[in-house]
Amino acid sequence: MTGKRIVIVGNGMVGHYYVEKLVALPQQFDITVIGAEPRPAYDRVHLSEVFSGKKPEDLALTSREHYQQLGVSAHFGDEVISINREAKTITTSTGRNFNYDKLILATGSYPYVPPIPGAEQPACLVYRTIDDLGRIRAESKNAKSAAVVGGGLLGLECANALQNLGLQTHVVEFANGLMNQQLDLRGSQLLRRLIEELDVRVHTGKATRRIAAGDDSRLKMEFADNSALETDLIVFSAGIRPNDNLAKSANLEIGERGGIVIDYHCRTSDSSIYAIGECALFGNKIYGLVAPGYRMADAALSQLTEEKVAFQGADMSTKLKLLGVDVGSIGDAKGNAENCCSFEYANEKTKIYKRINVSADGKQLLGAVLVGDCSDYDNLMQYYSNGLELPEQAETLILPSSSGAVTLNASALPLTATICSCHNVTKAQIVDLIDSGAVSLAAVKTETAASTGCGGCAALLKSVVDAELSMRGVEVNNHICEHFKFSRQELFHICKIESIQSFYVLLRKHGQGRGCDICKPTVASILASLWNDYVLEDKHVGLQDTNDTFLANMQKNGTYSVVPRIPGGEITPAKLGVIADVGKQFDLYTKITGGQRIDLFGARLNQLPEIWKILVDAGFETGHAYGKALRTVKSCVGNSWCRYGVQDSVSMAIFIENRYKGLRSPHKIKSAVSGCTRECAEAQSKDFGIIATERGWNLFVGGNGGMRPRHADLFATDLDDETLIKYIDRYLIFYIRTAARLQRTSVWLDNLEGGLDYLREVVIDDRLGIAAELEQQMQSLVGTYQCEWKTTINDAEKLKRFRQFVNSDADDTQILFVRERGQPRPANAEERKLMELTP
Amino acid sequence: MKSVNVITLCAASDLIADSGVCVLYKNTQIALFYLPAETPALWAISNWDPISEANILSRGILGDIEGELVVASPLYKQHFSLRSGRCLEQDSQRVATFKVELSEGSVLLYP
Ligand code: SRM
Ligand SMILES: Cc1cc2nc3c(=O)[nH]c(=O)nc-3n(C[C@H](O)[C@H](O)[C@H](O)COP(=O)(O)OP(=O)(O)OC[C@H]3O[C@@H](n4cnc5c(N)ncnc54)[C@H](O)[C@@H]3O)c2cc1C
Ligand code: SF4
Ligand code: FES
Repeated sequence: MTGKRIVIVGNGMVGHYYVEKLVALPQQFDITVIGAEPRPAYDRVHLSEVFSGKKPEDLALTSREHYQQLGVSAHFGDEVISINREAKTITTSTGRNFNYDKLILATGSYPYVPPIPGAEQPACLVYRTIDDLGRIRAESKNAKSAAVVGGGLLGLECANALQNLGLQTHVVEFANGLMNQQLDLRGSQLLRRLIEELDVRVHTGKATRRIAAGDDSRLKMEFADNSALETDLIVFSAGIRPNDNLAKSANLEIGERGGIVIDYHCRTSDSSIYAIGECALFGNKIYGLVAPGYRMADAALSQLTEEKVAFQGADMSTKLKLLGVDVGSIGDAKGNAENCCSFEYANEKTKIYKRINVSADGKQLLGAVLVGDCSDYDNLMQYYSNGLELPEQAETLILPSSSGAVTLNASALPLTATICSCHNVTKAQIVDLIDSGAVSLAAVKTETAASTGCGGCAALLKSVVDAELSMRGVEVNNHICEHFKFSRQELFHICKIESIQSFYVLLRKHGQGRGCDICKPTVASILASLWNDYVLEDKHVGLQDTNDTFLANMQKNGTYSVVPRIPGGEITPAKLGVIADVGKQFDLYTKITGGQRIDLFGARLNQLPEIWKILVDAGFETGHAYGKALRTVKSCVGNSWCRYGVQDSVSMAIFIENRYKGLRSPHKIKSAVSGCTRECAEAQSKDFGIIATERGWNLFVGGNGGMRPRHADLFATDLDDETLIKYIDRYLIFYIRTAARLQRTSVWLDNLEGGLDYLREVVIDDRLGIAAELEQQMQSLVGTYQCEWKTTINDAEKLKRFRQFVNSDADDTQILFVRERGQPRPANAEERKLMELTP
Repeated sequence: MKSVNVITLCAASDLIADSGVCVLYKNTQIALFYLPAETPALWAISNWDPISEANILSRGILGDIEGELVVASPLYKQHFSLRSGRCLEQDSQRVATFKVELSEGSVLLYP
């Protein structure tokens, strides 16, 4: 009998990985899982994302039902408290007993809390589990500040989370630098500077002696050097300690400083018991990352199969974004190896530091540190982990690309190259899959699980898959969806050339099926760009996103926001009064937006026409906050008031906003006009931005804020008013005609063959001979503008659409609000539950 | 077959072609979708989107995914089958479907 009954203690990331691999084996086992946490395994690595919007459920790696389907008997919220090695049984805290033939300990680790007097108070917490998150969130409710004890990887991650909760955040580190384990001195110093710029206060060389009650805050940390720090909340992240008590009480061999001792096969000192993950000690070392844990699971599992693999230690290289700062550490980061030779690149201006450590003969990469820019990580990692021979001048690997850096082409990687280290996927496996018929990145991901762990290899994986596919002549497909085998640009041309004016005609002639939520709004936008029909024409109604259908943005509870246009951000006190009255009358949440205007939130569908009637009567127009269209043109006050202004930026912004309002486009378009080079309107972060000069206007294009900020490029200088408008007309229509679906000007410009120079040739030199046509199309769009809300409130038929129920005047009673700072906001799930219970 | 009371929910003229409207029946919000080119032309599912937890499905875009008629949630874009109420992206989520019929200018519900 080779062990039919397998019991796995601990259902963390590694324990779960083991179970998944175990059920995939051809043999049948009787599998039992016991997890101390109340829920099945979840993605601990991405725990912090809960503070930036994810729900705890989104982290789940499995579910009770899934285990049931796999025939695994799983018990959560129970703890194994003893092992009887003679009888081969275990006992749990609720008194249940289980027999095993093989026992797998995957009990993980716990955060170490140093024995500091006062550390047992309720506002002193740790950060490891979903339950910890709940505690931190609860304690942060009435807190203003928080301190993390520990400036390592997890400590900084935690600081990030605390900052996301809006707390003034401190990092207190005992040693003299941050991330001492992964970074050298300079790297660690730069990281500190970058983090301090984000308003996280860093205190190094501080040993906490006592935690007492604070004077202004809840707590006061007293340090050995007699200084002190007041804070409302403390989270300890001073290292991890293996959960080895269970093993210790069963007399298994334990390391001097903790950890269950294992051999190459991940066997403990009892050959029926294995230990894997963060509870295990291999070569006197605990591996505090998930990928080594998975490799241990693979080794332990292989004991049940013919093909034995050994665990021989693992690489601890990491790439992270900590508080938005890129940090990478590979292999021997500090250059400890004898005779090793280092190259460093440091740029004080852009705040980038890179270092590589190379073997004495210059051929092998031994380690690297990257701070402020990790774009070389994948490349370096390939040299490091595959032992590739370095180029003659190894330093080119970290020099800025203008100096001709050598980048490893995906097709140049050897087949043995590891692409995803979390799931141990090599290039050979990917090539095999593609040879056997996989034709997409998605298929490769599903088959190999590559890039579904830490996600760090996503870019590399994509380039390997793309390179392999295109080598086999597979065209990487740009069809917008299953209904049209065309890109947005191709559809635009078809509609224009064939004068197609309705979705259904286009579908009949060039598509298949019935359409969907991808192609319908895309085509609606193309038709609007070409013919500028009223978007609620009967034939367009079913094509629009709800935001376009109801001319307002839907909010999380099904209500809508109302954003009147305030061109250039200029508004009279009287008009402000109208907005205030509407807000009061309908009890709407009122906020100044980032786009220099005012947003009113919480309007019910049936209130929208009434609200807009008042606004339109007072002279407001729709702000198109709901459409892929021109949003705002921000302005600075300019030379009418400002002592530095050289042109009238407000008048220009208002003129531009009025000219392009309502213009439908592949994505939203934003602009701004500044009155001098001080640039108070932030024009260089806009799709097109205008900055006044002594002699006229400088035009910038392709700027973007948002997820991937891009600085706009200077396109033309010292333009007079007329030329400025002419160039903008041409630029915008050229973009609308040629961009992909949901592509902002920034990405479009980056992908435009020939780039900025080509754009200048088209717009300024008219190389394609289409300038007049572009201008004319803009002119016709400007001439056919209508305020959609004005049109709507004057059309009784259209107004019928705004009924909550077509058969009743009742309100949606499941829309519930609570009040905060004197204004309404949607009730959250817990509040809703309470309100529904107490009518 | 046991005989049931048939309820008139609203007039056919309240429907909007290739789009949705919502009716209130007792305390239940029902999303009605009118697809003149399909047989049957009228479909009904619950208006409650269990994923975003709001009453909004009647305001989604209609279409098909590999031949299955669906509405896309206007908030987080999951697709719900008009036939079965099943969520195509999350198998465990399903919304109620209702038996409805267009007859002589009225929308009828078989409760
Ligand atoms: C209300 C507002 C936030 C605020 O309270 O200030 C806001 C709110 C929303 N923004 Fe924004 N953005 C607002 C200013 C901005 C700005 C600042 C600016 O315009 O100067 C930016 C960065 C600048 C930029 O776009 O380059 C901004 C970058 C985004 C992005 C990221 C775009 C990108 O290219 O990366 C999105 C997501 C998207 O569009 O795909 C977004 C999407 C959204 C959406 C539409 C999200 C959604 O789908 O529900 C929000 C809807 C608001 C509503 O219901 O009315 N919002 N958003 C601001 C409205 C400005 C206005 O008056 O129209
Ligand atoms: C905030 C954070 C960020 C991280 N970021 C990264 C990262 O970017 N990259 C990376 O590689 N790693 C990261 N890690 C580390 C990674 O999460 C761990 O390496 C991994 O979770 C280890 O898995 P494990 O299964 O060994 O232990 P765990 O995930 O800790 O699971 C052990 C489980 O066993 C249970 N258990 C313990 N004792 C018993 C018992 N007696 N009976 C029953 N159950 C028991 C515990 O309750 C726990 O649920 C991060 C960790 C944290 C906390
Ligand atoms: S950009 Fe120039 S004109 Fe405008 S407010 Fe700033 S300093 Fe004044
Ligand atoms: S390396 Fe972590 S997912 Fe691939």
